Amino acid sequence: MTKLSLFLGCIVPNRYPGIENATKLCLQKLGVDACDLPGASCCPAPGVFKSFDKATWLALASRNIVLSERMGRDILTVCNGCYGSLADANMELKKDPELRASTNSYLKEIGMEFKGTIEVRHIIEFLYREFGPEKLKDYITRPLDLKVALHYGCHLIKPSKDRNLGETESPVFFDELVEATGAKSVDYTDKMMCCGAGGGVRSGHVAVSLEMLEHKLACIRQAGVDCIVNACPFCHLQFDRGQLAVNEKFGTDYSIPVLHYSQLLGLTLGFSPGELGIEQNAVQNIEFLAKVYEISAGLR
Amino acid sequence: MSEKLLEVLKTAGLDVLSCMQCGTCTGSCPSGRHTGLNTRRILRDARKNRTEVLSDDALWLCTTCYTCQERCPRGIPITDALLELRRLAVREGFMLPEHRKVSETVLECGHAVPLDEETKKKREELGLEPIPETVQKYPEALEELKTLLKTCKFDKLIAEK
Repeated sequence: MTKLSLFLGCIVPNRYPGIENATKLCLQKLGVDACDLPGASCCPAPGVFKSFDKATWLALASRNIVLSERMGRDILTVCNGCYGSLADANMELKKDPELRASTNSYLKEIGMEFKGTIEVRHIIEFLYREFGPEKLKDYITRPLDLKVALHYGCHLIKPSKDRNLGETESPVFFDELVEATGAKSVDYTDKMMCCGAGGGVRSGHVAVSLEMLEHKLACIRQAGVDCIVNACPFCHLQFDRGQLAVNEKFGTDYSIPVLHYSQLLGLTLGFSPGELGIEQNAVQNIEFLAKVYEISAGLR
Repeated sequence: MSEKLLEVLKTAGLDVLSCMQCGTCTGSCPSGRHTGLNTRRILRDARKNRTEVLSDDALWLCTTCYTCQERCPRGIPITDALLELRRLAVREGFMLPEHRKVSETVLECGHAVPLDEETKKKREELGLEPIPETVQKYPEALEELKTLLKTCKFDKLIAEK
């Protein structure tokens, strides 16, 4: 199987290290050869950098890619934003010689050259393509009796012409990975809608961002689930920390637990909620924590 | 803005001329449900070379979810075109203070979201090193990154005009 370097980005190591630990534990358990990528920076964040200057966006992204090229490893991201930036930059630089030449002229200043020798992967498409739901089931020790509201996020599947993960109105591959754990992926209104954080909206227009989030949360609550599952730490931050901000702004009382898929997978592979950083979220839902501890202890 | 918007978009491989103003983009926009973002109108203004579109704050209400682009019956890369318009706007000096701040944070520490003391503690509770294996841990890598950003003249681009 492909050798990987784990690209952390910003929010995972600097806000939600539980996702970092969960990812490392899961990859190890699944026998995936993945190592750190020392010296990597911000991907850079597509919502802001891609909106500001294409040359800078490509230069920063390609520096991260070159770090992994030097190790002869494909990059594994656990974030839709990092995936959007790195996979798109990698693709554009591979297919456009002019763009590659201009980017390399910047990289030359720091003694680097983009060669186009590796691929950029996202943990969800990686698990789906390299393992698949059926093979994943072989590793499961604790089937999860949970109802889940799955949030794909935008840049995992879009733009679809560059992703090759099928259609974007009602995809199923990620639901299949969720259900491989024993959990039930519950349908809900506006499931494919954006969380409201991307494109620099959360940083630039927080009120708008929270209005969009409130709509998602209302739809999710109506579906009656145990937790939200995502594949992107920026969506994760929006759902988790944003939930408290929504409660403050709209006088609501949302308390919906939020898990990154690597944390959900970690639970079913037998790791404890503590090891996976599930208690480190801003949303503290005692009932849910009790439930996952019972699952983890084999009591449910 | 001496160049014509339409020409700039075309040069970037983004042809918006086939837009028939059907409004599928606006009707599909999750941000437009709550805000004044009207994607159809932005495309129309760009087609008509109305440079006022660059100073319109609505440009920055798009979350880049790509739903409009996926659903466009004419296959116009709408989100990509909107990103190109944003880049033109930035060159003209239109940038939200919050976005300038994020850019400065990356220039300073290599991350859009820097490490804080609370997270260092959380990392240690998990058995991880308090400082992750990123540019934050390696001063020479950070210097390299700063050189790269300067080479791209990013510091000048984001400076207030």
